[in-house]
Amino acid sequence: MNELIEIRWHGRGGQGAKTAALLLADVAFKIGKHVQGFPEYGPERMGAPITAYDRISDNQIRVHSNIYEPNFVVVVDETLLHSVDVTKGIKQGGAILINTERKSEELMPYLNGYKGRVYTINAREVCMKTLGKYFPNTPMLAAIVKITGMMDTEQFLNEMENSLKHKFAKKPEVLDGNMKALKLALEEVH
Amino acid sequence: MALKAKQINETTKWQDLTEGLQIYEPATSKLFETGEWRTQTPEFYEDKCKQCLLCVPYCPDSCIPVVEGQRRAFDLMHCKGCGICEKACPFGAIKMREGK
Amino acid sequence: MGVKNRMSGNEAVAHAIRQINPDVMPAFPITPSTEIPQFVSNMIANGEVDTEFIPVESEHSAMSAAMGSEAAGARTITATSSCGLALMWEVLYVAASSRLPLTMTVVNRGLTGPLNINAEHSDSMGARDSGWLQIYAENNQEVYDNLLQAYRIAEHKDVLLPIMICQDGFITSHAVENIELEEDEPIKAFVGKYEPEHYLLKAGETMAMGPYATSPYCMEAKRAQAQAMMNAKKVILDVAEEYAAITGRKYGFFEEYRLKDAAFALVAIGSACGTIKDAVDDLRKHGVKAGLLKVRVFRPFPGEEMARALSHVKAVAIMDRCESYSCNGGPLGSELMAAMYRNKNKAEAINIVYGLSGRDITVNDVKDVFERLKTIAQEGVKDTQYTYLGLRE
Repeated sequence: MNELIEIRWHGRGGQGAKTAALLLADVAFKIGKHVQGFPEYGPERMGAPITAYDRISDNQIRVHSNIYEPNFVVVVDETLLHSVDVTKGIKQGGAILINTERKSEELMPYLNGYKGRVYTINAREVCMKTLGKYFPNTPMLAAIVKITGMMDTEQFLNEMENSLKHKFAKKPEVLDGNMKALKLALEEVH
Repeated sequence: MALKAKQINETTKWQDLTEGLQIYEPATSKLFETGEWRTQTPEFYEDKCKQCLLCVPYCPDSCIPVVEGQRRAFDLMHCKGCGICEKACPFGAIKMREGK
Repeated sequence: MGVKNRMSGNEAVAHAIRQINPDVMPAFPITPSTEIPQFVSNMIANGEVDTEFIPVESEHSAMSAAMGSEAAGARTITATSSCGLALMWEVLYVAASSRLPLTMTVVNRGLTGPLNINAEHSDSMGARDSGWLQIYAENNQEVYDNLLQAYRIAEHKDVLLPIMICQDGFITSHAVENIELEEDEPIKAFVGKYEPEHYLLKAGETMAMGPYATSPYCMEAKRAQAQAMMNAKKVILDVAEEYAAITGRKYGFFEEYRLKDAAFALVAIGSACGTIKDAVDDLRKHGVKAGLLKVRVFRPFPGEEMARALSHVKAVAIMDRCESYSCNGGPLGSELMAAMYRNKNKAEAINIVYGLSGRDITVNDVKDVFERLKTIAQEGVKDTQYTYLGLRE
């Protein structure tokens, strides 16, 4: 793994992009990384575009600015491609992950001439098959962990199971659906 | 050591004051001579007094001492000369006069 | 020994409050400090602390209730930000002049206007002359450590002043970062029980507080209060030393980061200092003798100590996350330049206003400032000494 991985999340208020960014920081912390997970706050409301960030490193993280040249970008809501320059500043060798039912080739016209790697996942389908409800967070989290290669996917699933067990101690059925969603997402990201 | 209230006056140095001018003893207002503010002074005519004690609760500065159910002479150290007692007395036993 | 964890700055504050277990917390919610009373309320509901929470109708009431409970003899805490702090203004001075050692965690946010919710130091900097101690943090770790030391400083018999523990709104309050937390027992022993000598509910002692004072007494009272602020210097260092013995984390009035042999230095407060450190390291790799003086304690102002720490540098940029509209620079700039003048420092000094209302400051922004300092060191200050960073003009 690189010394420092920087990730920028694009979502809409209420979709949980901030929560996903914080969850990713949480998982990375559990495997011994130094982490920073933070939202960019403005006058956001439900549905408005929001940005959240992760820094993950083997060393202490001191910088406290936003991320302008991310290694990875996650787009939780495909409709943002029309209004937000999501590929802005992506580092050479980086990648973008988009939640969509379309193929990456179809999305290229909306990526402002971006030439790097594009990954897609149909988070809605993953969610409906496993959770029966649309919570794009969970599959997006699994997908970005796989793409970054920041940790072994087995290790990721174990850590997630431990923390979800704790979080949903009184609702074991929720744990099961979430674990299925994570596993399916790891397979469904292309 | 914190000074007692009666030891504090306008020559006291800052080092000798309590924190925030806090006061750690009760009834220190007794030490303060508010009688000095007086421009009129109540005169007590004992012969007219029926010892009804109405003047006592009316006095805003508690300047009318009561001993064994009898009112005594004014405590002029604290009397500001407001004249309320004169108005409160039904028997004309209190008259205000000009001066201290 | 510390336990590794990760949490936001607000969570770190709440964790410290749980360990301190203060007697009373009156608070009114305001972004970005809202989470703090929220977390404490949860802890109360879960039986983790026996703090009495007072839901008040405004910040003026919060500070008044805090004063009242502290005066009664209860260890008291409150939290606020921005306009909430502004609404407390009147009572801030009363708390300080009544010598009540209560604690307030301030999550710094700009004062309106324009209306904004983001990080800026104008709220607590506006209260810099209210007689409160002020300690600032770079990150979640520092705000946790500073809060655990707060009561030991404020309640010391030579001090007896209220204290603000500040951190940057959102940038640290809402960012999850790694942190080392201490075990409860050593911290509880370190913080100790609150045993004031005088308090309103003390049995057997009659006490009056906050008396009217005529002019023959007020100046003496204020001078005595100023002495408490001066005394706080030694106490802050003593408490920090004792804290370091338990946790291994050392604090002073300020942190000198690669400053000892620096030719060019920045002086700053808060979360930007982490960004500046990264810039300093980059520049050092390229042979630039860059350094940072990170201010931790702003009240009492360690002017002489800072001036001495900067006595060898050629050029210094003093960074204010606050505009004071004085036409003479921000609060840190004005005060530190005065201290440097008294110390007869030879360095060229400029004052830069940055990061207002959450405007981001990046490593590259910092490098630009160091570039300016290099020029200034050779040619002197040619333009105005007081400028804005990253301003569109």
